Order: sequence, then structure tokens, then C-alpha cells
Amino acid sequence: MLNAFSSIIPSIYARAATWWTVLRISLEERLVYRGDFALGTLMRFLPIVTQIFLWSAVFSAKEATGSGRQIVGYSYHDIIAYYLLTMISRAFSSMPGLAGGIARDIRDGTVKKYLIQPIDMLGFLLLYRVAHKVVYYAVAAAPFALVFYLCRGYFSGWPDAATLAACGASLVMSFLLGFYLEATLGMLGFWFLEVNSLLFVYMLLSFFFSGHMFPIDMLPGVWGTIVRQIPLQYLAYFPAAVFLGKITGPALWIGLGTQLAWVLFFMIASRVTFRLGTRHYSGYGG
Amino acid sequence: MSNYLRVFLTFARNSLVRDMTFRANFLIDMISSICWVFINLAFYTLIFTYTPAIGAHSGWEKYQFFLFLATSLLINSLVQALFMTNADELSELVRTGSLDFALLKPIDTQFLVSLTRIEWSSLGNFAVGIALMVYSMHELHYVPGPVQIVLYPTYILCGVAIYYSLMIAMAATSVWLGRNQSLFDFWFYITNFSRYPMEIYRGPWGTPLRGVFTFCVPVLVVVNVPARILVRPINPELPDDWFLLGFTLFATVASLAGSRWVFQRALWSYRSASS
Repeated sequence: MLNAFSSIIPSIYARAATWWTVLRISLEERLVYRGDFALGTLMRFLPIVTQIFLWSAVFSAKEATGSGRQIVGYSYHDIIAYYLLTMISRAFSSMPGLAGGIARDIRDGTVKKYLIQPIDMLGFLLLYRVAHKVVYYAVAAAPFALVFYLCRGYFSGWPDAATLAACGASLVMSFLLGFYLEATLGMLGFWFLEVNSLLFVYMLLSFFFSGHMFPIDMLPGVWGTIVRQIPLQYLAYFPAAVFLGKITGPALWIGLGTQLAWVLFFMIASRVTFRLGTRHYSGYGG
Repeated sequence: MSNYLRVFLTFARNSLVRDMTFRANFLIDMISSICWVFINLAFYTLIFTYTPAIGAHSGWEKYQFFLFLATSLLINSLVQALFMTNADELSELVRTGSLDFALLKPIDTQFLVSLTRIEWSSLGNFAVGIALMVYSMHELHYVPGPVQIVLYPTYILCGVAIYYSLMIAMAATSVWLGRNQSLFDFWFYITNFSRYPMEIYRGPWGTPLRGVFTFCVPVLVVVNVPARILVRPINPELPDDWFLLGFTLFATVASLAGSRWVFQRALWSYRSASS
């Protein structure tokens, strides 16, 4: 028993050292482009300026007809705050190039390096994304802080600690959901040589139904029902709505629980599709 | 002039042959662009279930705003079809030194680098714009008069010319700045301001913004002026309308002249990549 125990410790240490090396390399790679990151982050807020004026015009016309100052419970200030908060949600959940990169690696045979080396592909990619996000947040913190400071008038103060904690939890889960969902889509490359059309459809649906374009509360009737059953809302809408206090009490707990369930579902789905895909795979190219 | 027309038609034909060779790619590009248009249309349709107009007393109600969108589609699709790929390619030509081959040809360099490649798939959005325009006019029971029929296409072309000037001037700066991907992102962010009627820019921040994007970087007149010709028929008694019409013509000429100057300066500064 002592022999078994003494062989586990070096194994754990070796694995931890491997993961730390992967993380460190990924961090260094992302830091090379920190100048572009900072400028690009600031420029990404420019469309918010147009949104501010657009929604001001929308609400002014609505008020002029005497039909109130709110749209589905959102005031003009709430809507602008919502758009700013979805920038944060998207900073956590967006995974540029993940699904396409996995599918490309499968198509051109580069995925073989994960199959013949003792490294877990999904674990490696997750760490790479963690590194990317860490650097992104570090470099983007200043531009984000500046924009939020300038737009502080659209917020009615900080929410209480419990709401902040729930928002933080939903942001972490939106990162994991975004990663495992796109990883699962990328794994479909084991069966379909070209998945770009599928990824485009996903991108379209995500853009419309995730809350990136507008609060999904605005969707009427059956569309509203459908959009609440699918996981896309947790990529942009849910964390922002939690912060603004639009989802509270039991609905908040149910939302967080459902989000966690979707994370676990896609975590398992990505593993299963990878395992089934590697059995199906013939290593062309590379 | 007839030589230039013949060369342009040759470019157009060659691009069409190339697009038809890769028909699946052509169709996917066209369908994906059209899908984005419909996503945006769905968004605006949703907004109009909650408000009667964009801007109180602005006149931009649902179908009037759709006419604005249709105008925006027509202009943007023409710019994307004719110029966007070429402007993007210009920075590569500069970086690799292949611009030498364009300079050696017995034809105006700006003409050559601006029109070599035509993206026929972008004209799918042009068709959607026409369809949206016809549908909106039908819903409004509106038939344009002879003034609108003459002025509207004219000012569409003015809008295309202003957008082209901005695009080629920014692309030409790659001679000094190297690869300028962030510059093109900047172009999209700037033209984002022209996606909506200029009436939305009001107040202590909006009014100066409206002034800057009308008189300094005239992107606001690109879509607004032709759209207003259709939606709010030009009234010769209103000095504002005459002023905007006249200013847009001036802005078109000034933008083309300005971008030509920038392009020529860029060529003077160009040093090839290597021998």
C-alpha cells in the first residue's frame, strides 16, 4: 500500500507540472498580442454609442404616444446597462475559433498529435482558453473600466453581495458552457468533413437568441418559450439579467441550476463525441 | 474612357467566371449575407412591436424605416461587391511588393486596384434591398414621383462614392502603416454610425456627433439623403432639404478628390518590398 501511495504522488506532480507548462506557454503566446487586444477592446465599444442613441429614440417615440417608459420591464437606462453587461458576458462565453479550429485539426490531420501523445485534447484546449481569457481580462480591464465609468449613469448602483455572487457564478458557468458547447460542435468534424455551414447557423442562432442583440424577454409568445428552453440564453442574457435584478428568488436558483445542468451536459457530450469520433477517425493528412 | 469601360467589363466577366467556377462557395456567401440581413430585419420588426417609430415625431415609422434599411442595403451591397475585397487586397499588394505590377500597367493605378475583383455574391443583398423597398412602398401605398425616380439613384451613387473614398483612403494608408486590419475594423465601426436615421443623434452628445459625421467624415449623408428622398420627399420650400442635397453633392466630389490625393501621396511614398 505504501508502494502504491508513493507512486501516485509523483504521477499527480507530473500531471500538474504538465498542465502548468501548457498554461504558461498559452499565457506567453497571448501576451504577444496585448497591444492589439487593448485597442480592439476599446473599439468594440463603439457600436454601444449607436445603441445608446437608437434606444433613446425608441423610448422617446414610445413615451410620446403615452404607452409608458418601459419595454418588458426594462427602462431606457436598463437597456443600455444590459448591453454593456452583455459585453462582459460575451467576454466570458465567446470562444473565437474553437469549434472551427477543432474541425480544421480533424480535417487536416493535426488532431493526431493529441491522439498519439499522452495529452488530453479537451483539457489542453480548456487551459489554452483559460490562458487566453486571463490575458484578455488583464488587458481589457482598463478599457472596460473606463467605459463603465463613463456610462455609470445608466446603472442604479451595485447589486447586493448575493446577486453579485450569483452573477459571478453564472459568468464562470457561461465560460464553461461556451467552451464545451463549441467543443462539441467542433467534434462533429469527425463525422462531417466540412462543418463551417453548421457553425455559421449556430453563430446566427446564438447572435439572435443568446440575448446579444436584445433582452430575450422581448421575444413574444412561442418564440419566448422556445428561447428559454435552449442554453443560448446563458451565453449573454442570463448573467446580465441577474446583475440587473431582473431574475431573483426561486427563478434565480432555477436559472443557475439549469445553467449548471447544461454545462454538465455539454461537458459529457464533448467527451462522448471525442471518444466516439476517435474510434471513427482515419488520420488523413498531417 | 471607353477603354476603361472595356477593362471594367473584363474584370466583371472574369470575376463572374471565377465565382461560377466555385458555385457552392458563391451560394454559401450569398445565403450567409442574406441570413444576416433577415436577422437584423427580425430585430427591427421586434422593436416596432414596442414602439411606433424610431425617434419621437421623426417620421421614421416602421415601413419608412424599412425604406431606410433598403437604401442602406443597396449602398452597402454595391460597395461590398465592387470595392471591399480590392481595398483589403491593397494592403497585401503593398506588403508583398506586388503593387509594382499594378504600377507598371498602362492604366490608372487607383482604377486597377479598386476594381480588379468584383464579389458578385454581395449583390444578393442588393436584390433583398430592392425587394424590401418594393414591399415597404406597397405597404405605404406610395408610388415615387419623377423627382424621386431621378434623384434616388443619383444619391445612391453619391453614397457609394463617399463610402468608396473613405475605404480607399484608409486602405492606402497601409503604405505608411503596414498591415492595417484594425483600420478596417475602424471603418466598420465608423460606418456603423450611418446605420440609422440621423434624427436619432440628438442632445448634448448627439448633436456634435451628428455634425462631425455630416461635415467632417460625411458618412451620415450616405444613406440618410437618398432615404429621405423616398421617405420624406424633398420639399423645395424647405431650405434644409436643398442644403442637404447640395451638400451631399459637394461631399461626394470632395471625398473623391480627397481620397485621390491620399492615394497619390501613398503611391509617392511606396517603396517596393524587395527585388
